[in-house]
Amino acid sequence: MKMTGAQALVKSLEAEGVEILFGIPGGVLLPVFDALYRSPIRKVLTRHEQGAAHMADGYARATGRVGVCMATSGPGATNLVTGIANAYMDSIPLVAITGQVATNLIGTDAFQEADTTGITMPIVKHNYLVKDPRDIPDVVQEAFYLARTGRPGPVLIDLPVDVSRGELNYRRSERVDLPGYKPTYKGHRRQIKLAAQAILSARKPILFVGGGVITSNATEEVRALAEEEHIYVTHTLMGKGAFPETHPLSIGMLGMHGTRTANYVMCETDLIIGVGVRFDDRVTGKLSEFAPNARVIHIDIDPAEIGKNVEAHIPIVGDAKTVLKELLAVLRELKKGHDPVDRREWNAQIEEWKARYPYNYDRSGPGLKPQFVVEKLYELTKGEAIICTEVGQNQMWAAQFYKVERPRQFITSGGLGTMGFGFPAAIGAQLGRPGELVIDIAGDGSFLMNSQELATAVLEGTPVKVAILNNGYLGMVRQWQQLFYNRTYSCSCLHRERRCPDFAALARAYGAMGITVTDPEQVEGAILDALNAECPVVIDFQVEPEENVYPMVAPGAPLYDMIGDLLYPVEKVHPEKAEEPFL
Amino acid sequence: MKKGVEMKHTLSVLVENKPGVLARVAELFARRGFNIDSLAVGTTERPDISRMTIVVDVEGKSLEQVRKQLHKLINVIEIVDLDPEESVSRELVLVKIKVTPETRSEVIEIVDIFRGNIVDVSRESVIVEVTGSSRKLEAFEDLVRVYGIKELVRTGKVALPRGK
Ligand SMILES: Cc1ncc(C[n+]2csc(CCOP(=O)(O)OP(=O)(O)O)c2C)c(N)n1
Ligand SMILES: [Mg+2]
Repeated sequence: MKMTGAQALVKSLEAEGVEILFGIPGGVLLPVFDALYRSPIRKVLTRHEQGAAHMADGYARATGRVGVCMATSGPGATNLVTGIANAYMDSIPLVAITGQVATNLIGTDAFQEADTTGITMPIVKHNYLVKDPRDIPDVVQEAFYLARTGRPGPVLIDLPVDVSRGELNYRRSERVDLPGYKPTYKGHRRQIKLAAQAILSARKPILFVGGGVITSNATEEVRALAEEEHIYVTHTLMGKGAFPETHPLSIGMLGMHGTRTANYVMCETDLIIGVGVRFDDRVTGKLSEFAPNARVIHIDIDPAEIGKNVEAHIPIVGDAKTVLKELLAVLRELKKGHDPVDRREWNAQIEEWKARYPYNYDRSGPGLKPQFVVEKLYELTKGEAIICTEVGQNQMWAAQFYKVERPRQFITSGGLGTMGFGFPAAIGAQLGRPGELVIDIAGDGSFLMNSQELATAVLEGTPVKVAILNNGYLGMVRQWQQLFYNRTYSCSCLHRERRCPDFAALARAYGAMGITVTDPEQVEGAILDALNAECPVVIDFQVEPEENVYPMVAPGAPLYDMIGDLLYPVEKVHPEKAEEPFL
Repeated sequence: MKKGVEMKHTLSVLVENKPGVLARVAELFARRGFNIDSLAVGTTERPDISRMTIVVDVEGKSLEQVRKQLHKLINVIEIVDLDPEESVSRELVLVKIKVTPETRSEVIEIVDIFRGNIVDVSRESVIVEVTGSSRKLEAFEDLVRVYGIKELVRTGKVALPRGK
């Protein structure tokens, strides 16, 4: 069938089952938006391209489908960059489509020209600069295939305007043919057997799960492994939801702001079963002192993750679900006629830590504590909301005090730590999951980075709720300055005497509901009002300005060296512990 | 020097012959902080496939990372870490050597020993072409340095595994 490149693009998107896309048009994208006009694909016009990328990302995280965003050449494309990098770091399937100047102008510094494929090369799984309209169907098909298979990630398609306007005979290939791309899904049999033997003989095992478990839909298998072998489970920030946090075998999050229990367990364990994790610096602490007694089983679909940071004694490359299924079968077989190892002491030790070291904060003061707000949100939503977060203290309190039960329920910028992610991600999640309650737990600094998307939220009718833990500070920065830079609060105070902005008024300016909360007594009522509202709501919780997130493993310190909770007062902090003071 | 030689690995990388592949490989090395000693790209017997011969100065865990990260590039089809014993490698150097009527014949003699060719002659210099292993080229350079090397260019190593 004869059609234009732009029409072929739209037809290809439809063939991929795309139901929604996020973006902003511009000169070189006009042919594409013209072709989209009559397509049943829902077009969400955002107020910033970064918002479009994060919405597509939030949609992908909430649904497991590929998110699609679009931007024009030059500034439109560069505005997408943060969003693409964010998806890359967290392995989120995204297809970003950018307009480009006409092929004969490429390289001439034409109006709104930017080398988009060059700029994005280090932050995409793959990208394409399409030079011939006839390549469009295959490129789109490949892009979606690459984005969602193997270790998922963002794929970018750069489309010059003359290619969109050119003509072709549309035909969709039977399947994609990529000679250099063959992800491994099935784990090596012998390795799986070794892993099973290691598990059966371990005295102090721990199951360590990450975002890969969620990507692979392996939560049932993780649960079966934990329950059948009675192994406790810790998770990364990205792994929140990979195993129910209220399960008796859950010991909570690991790492910088993880539970004491999880951090102590890592120091003592003799076997780590790592599934879909990448052992990054936020969970290992000082690498040379990480899990000194442990053998490591590392299951991941990306071979490059295995042995990158932590040596794996039993590496298994494969899809988490497929490998765990096989591992469970082997375990069940091997266990017959096998006396189980006595782990009573280990289990008792973990239970003792769990009882002794729950997340805690000082509840005595008269002021409004951010942790209290999150606890109340948890209670009043019965733990069932989809939680998005911004970045900073708000993110960590959300992770600590909002326990999640299921995968795709906690949406956060883990790898890149992008302020401004949570709100647009919440809109994207809400559009993907219309029936669910979606809440962005935000910081006052982060929210302003993409607050313009209030317009999108209101006009698209997405009733997302934003709970701003408004401390007047770039709180996490202030916390590090307090602990490691002698309380020199250089450029971390956002506002003090004069509250700025008035977040409730800002919300109302867009047609959303705005509520201001200054007193603990008002928290419950405000949350209930927000939950009952059918429009977007922003609640400005004016919390204690100098509250800190604890416990904390100082950057570069070993995991056992946690500071600053009721048992280990802040006075014990040594600034020199911060070997790598980065944020 | 000996130790340095041992650290070097020659990776023979088959890639799809598509625009931007070289940029992807170069970007990857830069971004991940891997050092490239030399890199040579050329066509193969198949028009849709090119071969990159990359000499890297890494060992063990880092070499493993280089290989795995390279493999993640969609356009990379195959990577072989060539065993020096089981492969043949060549490099070509062009050297512009300063000559005088007195030194000219000495230089020509050295070139002959190395089975090189003189490809350009002028009153003050000659350009010599020598092919061989990297070692041989280094030995040649050492010998002619006394006459004065005006300019020099090496192609970087290309290599193939030996027939079985
Ligand atoms: C885009 C971006 N810029 C800067 C940072 C560095 N940073 C990390 S946390 C933080 C403070 C966040 O402030 P706020 O949103 O108010 O959250 P709080 O920590 O106060 O809860 C900053 C500036 C970042 N992560 N992302
Ligand atoms: Mg703040």
